[in-house]
Amino acid sequence: MTSARPKIDFDAKIPNNVDLASDRKLQRALERWQPNFLDWWGDMGPAVDTKDVYLRTAVDVGREGWAHFDHVPMNEYRWGVFLSEHDPDRKIAFGEHKGEPVWQEVPGEYRADLQRLIVIQGDTEPASVEQQRFLGATAPSLYDMRNLFQVNVEEGRHLWAMVYLLHAYFGRAGREEADQLLQRNSGSDDSPRILGAFNEETPDWLSFYMFTYFTDRDGKYQLGTLKESGFDPLSRTCEFMLKEEAHHMFVGTTGIDRVVTRTAQLMNEHDSEDVAGAGGIPLDTIQKYINFHYTVSLDLFGNESSTNAANYFTAGLKGRWQEERRKDDHVLTDDAGAVDAVRDGQITTSEVPALLALNQDLRSEYIGDCSNGLKRWNRILEKHGIDRRLTLPHVGFNRHVGAFADHHITPEGRMVSTEEWKANEGRWLPTEVDKTHVRGLMHPVLEPGKIAGWIAPPTNGINDKPVDYEYVHFN
Amino acid sequence: MTVLEDAPATSRAPGSEPVPQVDFDTDPSRYRHWRLEIEGETAWVYLDVAEDGGLVPGYELKLNSYDLGVDIELYDITQRLRFEHPEVRSVVLTSGKDSNFCAGANIRMLAQSSHPWKVNFCKFTNETRNGIEDMTAHSGQTWVAALNGTAAGGGYEMALACETILLVNDRSSAVALPEVPLLGVLPGTGGLTRVTDKRHVRKDRADIFATKSEGFQGPKAVEWKLVDETVSRKQWDSTVRARAAEAAAASHRPTPSGGLVAQGITLPPLQREVTEDAITYPNVRCAIDRDARTATITVLGPEAGTVPESLERIHALGADFWPLAMTRELDDLILRLRTNELEIGTWLIKTQGSIEGALAFERVIAEHSGSDWLVNEIRHYFKRTLKRLDVTSRSLIALIEPGSCFAGALLELALACDRQYMLEGTFEDQDGSAEEQDPAQIVLTESNFGAFPMGNGLTRLQSRFYGDDETVEELAGRTGERMTGADAEEAGLVTDAPDDIDWEDEIRILLEERASLSPDALTGMEANHRFVGPETMETRIFGRLTAWQNWIFNRPNASGDEGALRRYGTGRKADFDRKRV
Repeated sequence: MTSARPKIDFDAKIPNNVDLASDRKLQRALERWQPNFLDWWGDMGPAVDTKDVYLRTAVDVGREGWAHFDHVPMNEYRWGVFLSEHDPDRKIAFGEHKGEPVWQEVPGEYRADLQRLIVIQGDTEPASVEQQRFLGATAPSLYDMRNLFQVNVEEGRHLWAMVYLLHAYFGRAGREEADQLLQRNSGSDDSPRILGAFNEETPDWLSFYMFTYFTDRDGKYQLGTLKESGFDPLSRTCEFMLKEEAHHMFVGTTGIDRVVTRTAQLMNEHDSEDVAGAGGIPLDTIQKYINFHYTVSLDLFGNESSTNAANYFTAGLKGRWQEERRKDDHVLTDDAGAVDAVRDGQITTSEVPALLALNQDLRSEYIGDCSNGLKRWNRILEKHGIDRRLTLPHVGFNRHVGAFADHHITPEGRMVSTEEWKANEGRWLPTEVDKTHVRGLMHPVLEPGKIAGWIAPPTNGINDKPVDYEYVHFN
Repeated sequence: MTVLEDAPATSRAPGSEPVPQVDFDTDPSRYRHWRLEIEGETAWVYLDVAEDGGLVPGYELKLNSYDLGVDIELYDITQRLRFEHPEVRSVVLTSGKDSNFCAGANIRMLAQSSHPWKVNFCKFTNETRNGIEDMTAHSGQTWVAALNGTAAGGGYEMALACETILLVNDRSSAVALPEVPLLGVLPGTGGLTRVTDKRHVRKDRADIFATKSEGFQGPKAVEWKLVDETVSRKQWDSTVRARAAEAAAASHRPTPSGGLVAQGITLPPLQREVTEDAITYPNVRCAIDRDARTATITVLGPEAGTVPESLERIHALGADFWPLAMTRELDDLILRLRTNELEIGTWLIKTQGSIEGALAFERVIAEHSGSDWLVNEIRHYFKRTLKRLDVTSRSLIALIEPGSCFAGALLELALACDRQYMLEGTFEDQDGSAEEQDPAQIVLTESNFGAFPMGNGLTRLQSRFYGDDETVEELAGRTGERMTGADAEEAGLVTDAPDDIDWEDEIRILLEERASLSPDALTGMEANHRFVGPETMETRIFGRLTAWQNWIFNRPNASGDEGALRRYGTGRKADFDRKRV
């Protein structure tokens, strides 16, 4: 049984801190899965033909180890498996197992729930790679193209991280789930990705920045709650993933910074809000893109009132954002919380047991975080002497999940009829005209240091390299 | 039988009532409630309950009423008649009291008992009564109930288990099922079912009978087929003797051919060592993991090369003959775990030993069970023990590992389980080299195709592949084949065949997951899955009648402070919740 299969030099090929070289179970699982992953990457990963890309590879969890930069051919990228440092004294911080030592193995009682949580998280990782597959072809600069690929390989590594958990802890069922993570595809009719937002295409770079700002931020919050998990390997995996996720959001934040900056420059140059004709993206369009991506991401948090979230919390599987910094009993059986509701045509709140309000709790944290970006972009507008401000729409706007799903609510938070909604939808959400305009701006700029006209250059390069560094080499 | 006050093993959960520890050992010299007299081909079994002989304190066993202790002795009687008295061909069940036959299960005992206690008591009672019918059918020891006084409730149910019922016609003795009108529960140990299914009493008459607390005396009881014959006091003794003799004459029990094989064997006390977390017999071991709430039961197979060369040798070995010794131990273990270890919800069934040895013993059994009374008894005893597993309200998981001997009859143990996990290949030790052993194997033999039917009348293979006779037929063509995990999985004989890399995780997660589920839902689910297909009287008793009875037992109308069971004998009427559910 052991002699026939080709040996893979695991530690060299797969950087890891999980002792892969001596774990027969993991080796066997990965030997089968890794070729399928490479096939998937070839078929569904970045479509641009490059020689190598200046990428960061995590080779260890320490400060030095996880920021190792070099030019690497994409298909030779070394996807690794990393867990943050092990804390032997860690205790479960919440729920009915509060105070007990964290679990190093999957408790059978929670196998199904944990597997589900990991599969859903894992499904989003390759999905975004699929959604962004063709973006490289229209990159506004080599710097941006490199960032896109960095995001892509790291989403790939996050898939590896989830697959590691499935392989290492969930037996045969886990291996089957890991296989299916490669078999579902974003936007596929037959076997789509699990969450709706991950079946939407990312057709242009403005969408990409919006996605990395808003949708990846949802990922940050989900990972943050899983980091609290009583299942220690999941917790440690997510903690390390959060470090990488921070870079993705940096790409989104600074990407939108640069779009807004360029728009403001063009507005001042032409003394007009209508910068479309000058090859820019009007603030109106930016606002509509914000409206769309923000609200689609809000839907990812699920229903305001959720028994699943309550069960996960009580079982110790998924905590709250920054659980241990919160000042309450961490059990919540006696507390109440308010959730958004629509009653008698009025937007209001309902009081429910705190355990049922955990999705809303997490969404509120997320909304607070999102508003930081708006402040930042409005400061840019202010600095350019422009009075117009960008805003986050009302939480009930354009929602398809939860209390607002069956209602039409304007960005200002006014409930309106279907007719009024239909008449104004094009003022609030990107229209075909808007999208066509944005797509029309997407032309690749492949010369080092050059930048497309609709976006400002970055202020700094990657890893102290200059902005005009040759981040991507082509064949 | 005794209740061990300070038993080493305990089923006490914090805050719950202590469960008395029950021991099923007894022998005729220790009987308190029965007298057994052998007279030629007929055994006379007298019920003569000691009022002060209740198994636990709190009630007196008046009017020949019974509790679990009385039933444990009756079970012992059936086993001794089978094995120690090959000459017995008919059995007369009668009362040692002048006034009545039997008033049934003791009501105060039922009223004070916890729900699990009642359920275990009823289950054991049912099994013993089914065993009495099995004696008539397969051992050639035909039971005749000689009701020399009133048989009420469980007393009449006991008579119903007999092949023939005689009732004395003295203008006062009657048969009755007063449970519904007096106690607000059912005649739940076979009564309702046997009246219609066995005695073919019309359903409207059965309805009247079961709601008429005083029941019927002889003539009417005969007319309605509730008894076979009613006999005046004057003719009583001679008629009972005549019927016993007729039954003996009609018996198909193999006539002992003289010498050693004509003599009964002795059933000595079991060698059993009980500690906090283990029950150990020479051929069966049980290790209890209280945290995981599992019991690992390992049946040790026979040594290869120890198979007796002759029938005489089998008889000389007697209770030491491996199949009998193992079955007695397994039977005892099942009863003890069921009664005393309520929170041990999952049983892991393993075997250990030589497949060759198991197969060799099986050939001996097959060769002689048609002609030799002892070998025949052993086969049916193993059959009944498997049936005990079938109706055990625990999750049963077979773990088939290298060094096991799930072959033929022993494979039935695995097939009785809710799931079967078989290691594909061998376990590798830590250096990664295979231990010197063969991979786990299972072997089908002819005995998997009819020797050990379940209560539903089907073999465990027919139940497993219900509605798919073709597969069963195909498997019949594969007897003798040594199947590895992959073969067995492909043949549908095991649930899953993980290899050694997966084994530990798969089994651990499975068991933890199982332990987290509702015990009640599991009991109901397992019972539904185990008994597929046709209903028999047996499945109707264990399924329908018992399920309804257990529902009623849990309802306030029976067990509440104002319920009929609790109010019985207090002079106060039950206060029913009148809603029909």
